[in-house]
Amino acid sequence: MDVACEHCKKAKATVHITDVPEKRERHLCEACAQSEGVIIKQTHQTTTEILQEFIKQKTGLGAVDEQACPHCGVTFREFRAKGQLGCPRDYEVFREALIPMIQRAHGSATHHIGKVPSTADETVRRQTGAFKLRRELDQAIQDENYELAARVRDQLKALDGPASA
Amino acid sequence: MILDDLTSNMGAWLGGNGPHADVVISSRIRLARNVAQRPFLSTASPSQRRDIYETLSAEVARLYPLNTTLFIDVDKATPLDRQLLVERHLISHHHAVCEGSRGVSISRDESAALMINEEDHLRMQVLSDGLQLEQLWTKVNTIDDKLSDRIPFAFDKQLGYLTACPTNVGTGIRVSVMMHLPALKWTKEIERVERAARDMRLAVRGQYGEGTDVVGDLYQISNQSTLGVSEEEIVEVFSHKIIPRIVDYEYAARETLIKHNQAQFEDKVWRAYGLLANARCISTQETQTLLSPIRMAIHMKQFNVIDIQTLNEIFLHTQSAHLQKRAGTTMNGSERATARANYIRKKMAG
Repeated sequence: MDVACEHCKKAKATVHITDVPEKRERHLCEACAQSEGVIIKQTHQTTTEILQEFIKQKTGLGAVDEQACPHCGVTFREFRAKGQLGCPRDYEVFREALIPMIQRAHGSATHHIGKVPSTADETVRRQTGAFKLRRELDQAIQDENYELAARVRDQLKALDGPASA
Repeated sequence: MILDDLTSNMGAWLGGNGPHADVVISSRIRLARNVAQRPFLSTASPSQRRDIYETLSAEVARLYPLNTTLFIDVDKATPLDRQLLVERHLISHHHAVCEGSRGVSISRDESAALMINEEDHLRMQVLSDGLQLEQLWTKVNTIDDKLSDRIPFAFDKQLGYLTACPTNVGTGIRVSVMMHLPALKWTKEIERVERAARDMRLAVRGQYGEGTDVVGDLYQISNQSTLGVSEEEIVEVFSHKIIPRIVDYEYAARETLIKHNQAQFEDKVWRAYGLLANARCISTQETQTLLSPIRMAIHMKQFNVIDIQTLNEIFLHTQSAHLQKRAGTTMNGSERATARANYIRKKMAG
């Protein structure tokens, strides 16, 4: 069926569409179909590129890739290429995108439960201590070690008490 | 104390003593720290880098006066000196080859080395022979406390110590144990150990760490997770679970070898000895490969022509930079191969 494009009236229509439910038929050339958004332009992307693009859209990494840290100027894309962050503030700037990566690298952990510098304030000390105890409590319950679980729970309660306690 | 003094010593990690010394060559703990409010080194300008270097080297020198330690300006050191420090496990390969202001402070007995401007601003490492991680943790924790009192380190209330690479964030701790596992390698049981280690999120590498091949059956086992686990837990698990278990596997494999392959075992050891005692040209890799069965046989009391101290001296002093420092001249590959073989023959002859 040789039909001219009903939009530009010049090129041969190669895209034939039937709109539902009105059952209206449309005949367009490829260029007009693309400009109307009926079909998507074919690119020479590899499957991996298409997949990466898809992951980026889904995870929002595409948007964050171009984001630059206002303190050191490093973009998230540069970090992903080099594996090195530009300054400690990057952890705040890129936090949302970094946390899933950090979780993958550290067996799904999201919180520090180790040493706290002597200069850190009391709130940080308590918070880190509480995270550690909560993890110990979970483990004790999992091991059915209820005696230990009770002791850890008491320690947690004490930690939740007033700062001077 | 000068750098050349090192070439006549053995270094803390190759003393040949300590718990499980027949399988565990050495233990190491390092902590990664960065100065707060300063850029990481990937974006620091040369002047910012120099500023971090000067701040940290002044604090380190205040803590460890120069008459008790050796401070090396790695940027100004010769390539040979840098290589010597790598061979002695006092700096990393990265620290040796990267550019810009950087240095290392080394304790007199080489049991502590504080690297300034490595991948992070400060990497404090402590070393010992055998399995002695609990003592090492106490030691490095004290060094960290003393420096923390004067230097504000980058720290986040959720993520802990902030590091240039997020793989070190949290505690910034890397616990590494160098193990000699020839029998597990021989019986191919090592593959099971490697699989189990991977499942436990441990890294298994060659003796010089990341990116290095396993030579001479020397495996470096280290933790990979630094977040969501405390320093004490990692040290405890390594000291009382992971490493003793691998040590037991190795012992069992050694017994199996003696029981079922006595002749092949002896043949391998004596052939290795024969080559080392007679070679006229030999590479570092071949030397370390041949020393492996001999090391195992000495510990199993199946070989007494040389003792473990002599073997460790050969192991350390036949590395390229050590050979050249002792000779007082630089040598090309074939000259080194000849010098190495001469050194080994002399040592083997007593």
